[in-house]
Amino acid sequence: MTDVIATNQTILVVGGGISGMTAALEAAECGKNVVLVEKNAALGGRVSQLYRYFPKLCHPVCGLEINQRRLKQNPRIRVLTMAEVTEITGGEGDYTATVKLAPRYVNENCTACGECGKAVDAEVPDAFNYNLSKVKAAYLPHKMAYPQRYVIDPSIIGTADADKAKAACKYGAVDLDMKEESVQFKAGAVIWATGWKPYDAAKIQPYGYDRFSNVITSVEFERLADIHGPTKGKILRPSDGKEARNIAFIQCAGSRDENHLRHCSRICCMASLKQTNYVREAYGDEGKSTIYYIDIRAIDRFEDFYQKVQKDKTVTFIKSKVAKAVQDEKTGDVVLHGVNTEGYHRYATPHDLVVLAVGMEPSVMAANLPAEIVSDSSGFIEADPSNHAFFGAGCASNPLDVNRAVQSATASALRAIQVVNRVARVEG
Amino acid sequence: MSENYRNNFLKEVEERVEEGHWVKMCMQCGVCAGSCPLGAHWAHPPQELFMMIRAGKREEVLTSDSMWMCTSCYNCVVRCPRKLPITHIMHGLANLAYRLGLSPKNQTTQKFASMFWNNLAQTGRVNELKLSLGMYFKDGFGQGIKNAMAMQSVGLGMVKAKRLNPMELFGGHGIKDKSGFHAMLKKAREIEDRRKNFA
Repeated sequence: MTDVIATNQTILVVGGGISGMTAALEAAECGKNVVLVEKNAALGGRVSQLYRYFPKLCHPVCGLEINQRRLKQNPRIRVLTMAEVTEITGGEGDYTATVKLAPRYVNENCTACGECGKAVDAEVPDAFNYNLSKVKAAYLPHKMAYPQRYVIDPSIIGTADADKAKAACKYGAVDLDMKEESVQFKAGAVIWATGWKPYDAAKIQPYGYDRFSNVITSVEFERLADIHGPTKGKILRPSDGKEARNIAFIQCAGSRDENHLRHCSRICCMASLKQTNYVREAYGDEGKSTIYYIDIRAIDRFEDFYQKVQKDKTVTFIKSKVAKAVQDEKTGDVVLHGVNTEGYHRYATPHDLVVLAVGMEPSVMAANLPAEIVSDSSGFIEADPSNHAFFGAGCASNPLDVNRAVQSATASALRAIQVVNRVARVEG
Repeated sequence: MSENYRNNFLKEVEERVEEGHWVKMCMQCGVCAGSCPLGAHWAHPPQELFMMIRAGKREEVLTSDSMWMCTSCYNCVVRCPRKLPITHIMHGLANLAYRLGLSPKNQTTQKFASMFWNNLAQTGRVNELKLSLGMYFKDGFGQGIKNAMAMQSVGLGMVKAKRLNPMELFGGHGIKDKSGFHAMLKKAREIEDRRKNFA
């Protein structure tokens, strides 16, 4: 049985991505007790799935490592993974949260030695790589996983594979009898850092994401470029494994569109500008990136990054929302059709690979959170007084880049601290 | 009345074109132009027309044959990220151009549209025989005979299947209260003229 010790002066943080980790750490480092609840088996969220950050093009592992070190050192944070909040009752300063814990089938004896992974035969789609590859059914979520503990996929429970994993473990860490459990604890304030998910590209019918193998999303492209990804960092296209040197990026794939997401997702322009650097990094002057855009929104101070990419001779900008994509069955090339607004010229241009710069939507619509929360028309959490001590952080509150998500998380930590400080004064 | 709109074509379009108030919402993404199945045959795709309207190019827009090329497939309306009713705006523009006498002469779609309306407005029913013959002979008698010969088997087939009555050529059938119908059209025209500043 999992015990969680918490009081009305505890801050509950829902979601363990970069925003949730930041909010939890900032609050804990101010001396508050925090429970951090994460649905997946490891912290880090979508940031851990990025190859590089913009604008400095450094690797996310660096920032994650700093945060993980802070976490390890801080006794005030209780981390619950594979945990989902199912209900929150009560009011400001006196909430009761119910959290469902899914069985990991691996206990804290795990040393991440990897013997169980070697022992099992079954493979499951690797969610960390957006299902572009497979992993063994006993796996470490990813290299930087926190906690560093293996997970056994529920699909092999009750099969011979599960027994093999148990037999292979020298530390008695595999526990096949784990059951789902539910815990309840108190909290004074709740920070919702439930994050974002990429818009379902298959819904953008004319681009054929569901029909054409060489039309992929920007988040999948991050995995292709990453050395820990399914192609070991080589930019190979899915249809035939050929090196994709001529790559098209389609902006506003789902964003700024009344038929899809009404809002501008803010990060996609910078993400594509950044990804042209991956192409340059892989192929030098031999690579070719083409960005199809309505207008480039290099938000805030990132205009200089945009100007730098504009100077790159391998990058072409075409002011046009692509009307249609068609994949040539024989060559595997994807032909993009549309009209260039600059001169109104009609084009039909083939590319090796097409990357859809998909928009951000809340991973959980605020209306579907297990609590009464005011949201905007896109489902992001509003900063509204009627939310009482529920605070949105990071991409649960707005489409944000990592930098701004961290700022938003710090702000939400401060608001939560104010609430529990008031509770402390009343309780004495 | 057009004096009121001197140097402000966008305002004229907003007030005198059906759904014209949507034109300013266009963000020039170009998805309409790219999605149009006949797009390659237009002088100016919708996106360009909208920009020309905003740029005040009144003559060029109204004398253009572009909006007459619209076949109402609604591909653009379905894909427009700002939900502009592009098809309706195209018909609205065509209508304004026609009313101002600026639409291109001998443009087939325009010929057909006015023929259809005149045909319908007479009896309250479309006389299909007269309408199709009118289209055959629109480019002169000789060409008309040629067209009719080419379509002969289709025509005879329709007669055989009782889809076409040759007797319709002599008057044809209509609705019951024709004078009421004409009064109604006249009233509608008055209302429209007032609304669109033609009165």
